[in-house]
Amino acid sequence: MTNRIRQTPREEPHYVNPEPFDPTSTDVLTPEQERYYQASQWKIMWWKFRRHKLAVWSGIILILFYLCVPFAELIAPYTPNERNNDFLYAPPQALHLFHEGSFVGPFVYGYKADVDLETLRWVYEEDTSQVQPLRFFCSGSTYRFWGLWDMDFRFVCPAQDGTMFLAGTDRLGRDQLSGLIYGARLSLTVGIVGITISMFLGILLGGLAGYFGGIIDSLIQRVIEIMRSLPELPLWMALSAALPVTWSPVWIYFGLTIILGLLDWPGLARAVRSKLLSLREEEYAKAAVMMGARPRRIIFKHLLPGFTSHLIASASLSIPAMILGETALSFLNLGLRRPSVSWGVLLNEAQNISVVTLYPWLMAPVIPIIIVVLAFNFLGDGLRDAADPYK
Amino acid sequence: MLYYILRRLLTMIPTLLVISLLTFFIIELPEGDYISNQIAVLKASGESASIAKLEFLRQEFALDRSFFERFAIWVGLWPGPHGFDGLIQGNWGWSFEYDKPVYEVVGPTLPLTIVLNAATILFVYLVSFPIGIYSATRQYSWGDYGFTFLGYIGLATPNFLLGLVLMYLANAWFDLAIGGLMDPKYIGEPWSVDKALSVLSHLIVPTIVIGTSGTAAMIRRLRANLLDELHKQYVTTARAKGMKEGALLVKYPLRMALNPFIADIGNLIPSLVSGSVIVSVVLNLPTVGPVLLNALQSQDQFLAAFILLFVSVLTLVGMLVSDLLLAVLDPRIRLGGGSGS
Repeated sequence: MTNRIRQTPREEPHYVNPEPFDPTSTDVLTPEQERYYQASQWKIMWWKFRRHKLAVWSGIILILFYLCVPFAELIAPYTPNERNNDFLYAPPQALHLFHEGSFVGPFVYGYKADVDLETLRWVYEEDTSQVQPLRFFCSGSTYRFWGLWDMDFRFVCPAQDGTMFLAGTDRLGRDQLSGLIYGARLSLTVGIVGITISMFLGILLGGLAGYFGGIIDSLIQRVIEIMRSLPELPLWMALSAALPVTWSPVWIYFGLTIILGLLDWPGLARAVRSKLLSLREEEYAKAAVMMGARPRRIIFKHLLPGFTSHLIASASLSIPAMILGETALSFLNLGLRRPSVSWGVLLNEAQNISVVTLYPWLMAPVIPIIIVVLAFNFLGDGLRDAADPYK
Repeated sequence: MLYYILRRLLTMIPTLLVISLLTFFIIELPEGDYISNQIAVLKASGESASIAKLEFLRQEFALDRSFFERFAIWVGLWPGPHGFDGLIQGNWGWSFEYDKPVYEVVGPTLPLTIVLNAATILFVYLVSFPIGIYSATRQYSWGDYGFTFLGYIGLATPNFLLGLVLMYLANAWFDLAIGGLMDPKYIGEPWSVDKALSVLSHLIVPTIVIGTSGTAAMIRRLRANLLDELHKQYVTTARAKGMKEGALLVKYPLRMALNPFIADIGNLIPSLVSGSVIVSVVLNLPTVGPVLLNALQSQDQFLAAFILLFVSVLTLVGMLVSDLLLAVLDPRIRLGGGSGS
């Protein structure tokens, strides 16, 4: 056959291009594509995450909030339990820049306090004759930095003999703003510590269930089902009511995080289990089993890395629930108590409707709570989308 | 169907047992009990006259027995000092704090708790359903964006804070007192139309407060489910054949998206009940919430245990109803007897 075709007279002379030929040149990768194919999984996730603008901004906002955790003492103008007996329930002081048309820099007007003899309350008014410019990089009242060193350096302080209650004060004249900044320390870390406990339990129990199957699986499944059908908050309330009153604040704090973590793991465990069940059937996992790797090695070396990203994403989505849990418990007086300061503890002051109507600034902690919870939700959404970068 | 209902009810029994054990365990976690604490107080103040009486009471309530014995007596599976007399026999225990049977303390609050939770679930259904459909069919419209934004705010705002803020706003702007479950003038009055209306109008705010985050979650899920369905080929085919848009939506994709919607309500119920407890405390509603808080703080163990068990059972029943609804809607569950999860 072939012979006959070659011998046909109409055949064109065979032409070969003398130029050297590079076989890979036909489908050249653009530098971008090359970068993409060579990048590691985590790098691609980062690129994908970066495109989710809302998530990136949420991340930045969260970082700013978390900066309050180590540096609360430096940022806050007062210490949170410092009482100012002359300024009980003082309303927030507005920050001004111009006094009578001339620029002074950031300053506040002093208070003019009068007693309302009918209601027997202090009534505060702005006294525009008193200009109290804020001081920056200054020294205020002393505090113990991280509980270790006595210091008095601050980024911002009130004027000499002046006040600076940008978010008002509570019934003992404690500065709300400083309370909020110090409160971030406990409120924001409660979620992180709690999620660590919950992740540990979730991975352990979900891993056991998903990897071994059989009786262990159905047992753990049952427990998960029961735990998920229980209303969380009443249980949290009961458990934190069981914390001994004699414990020091630090122990109460850890007790709370354990309580929050103890009830949160079923969701994570379920995710781990279903992921493990599907990954267990993959060839590389089977190969590892046949080569005689032990369960622990297979779970942690071969299977877990396959869905770490998913775990992180779903964990970041359950942090806000814990922050809210702590807030709710402290608000109900079952969680942290003074002298510990958290946003829930601050809200505890706003429990009474008559107090709230008279002194609405006591509800200030609501604002950072909503911002942080929203930011965690957006961040979690972005992380979840990025966790599957090849989609 | 009957077989399915029966099987579903039977599986609830071990669950109930485990939950009651867990509840009892949690309640007994604090050291000592109500009476032994009182004995300690009396001893500290040097008073010994009434100690003997309290010791007698401890025996009377079987507080001196071992943990499992106490639990079994409480449930009614084991004879206590007065024979079989526990939850199964209809004795809900004794409230030390109020010095009354638990039944008399929580009895009046139970119907209101159930009404409040049922109203919330209804609210979630009624609001999230049309909004979810609207958001999915008009994806990326202004309305969709608006509802998505509202939904995010709803998800992020803890319900008790929302209650607090609403209470403040209602008071500051409308001069309305929204706490409590009825106008003070009706308290103690016999039931009448006016009183029922007053209760209804007072129910609105708590229902919205408790239901908002759940509604937001449901809207998101229904929207996602429905969008998945709307992009499938059979929808395109039906559209190509000239089916009317409304009929098309209701006849196929909506029915497919409805199943996960109803299943999700079951998952939401625990958080709704949680919400109702704390919102009741904030808004001062006469449900079990404030009573539970009180009982926990004073270590009134039988009262607290009963309420804890009650709210757990409430969620279980809610999930049961949503499962049964799902079975009615989805023959695969009813007939296949699948694992359910």
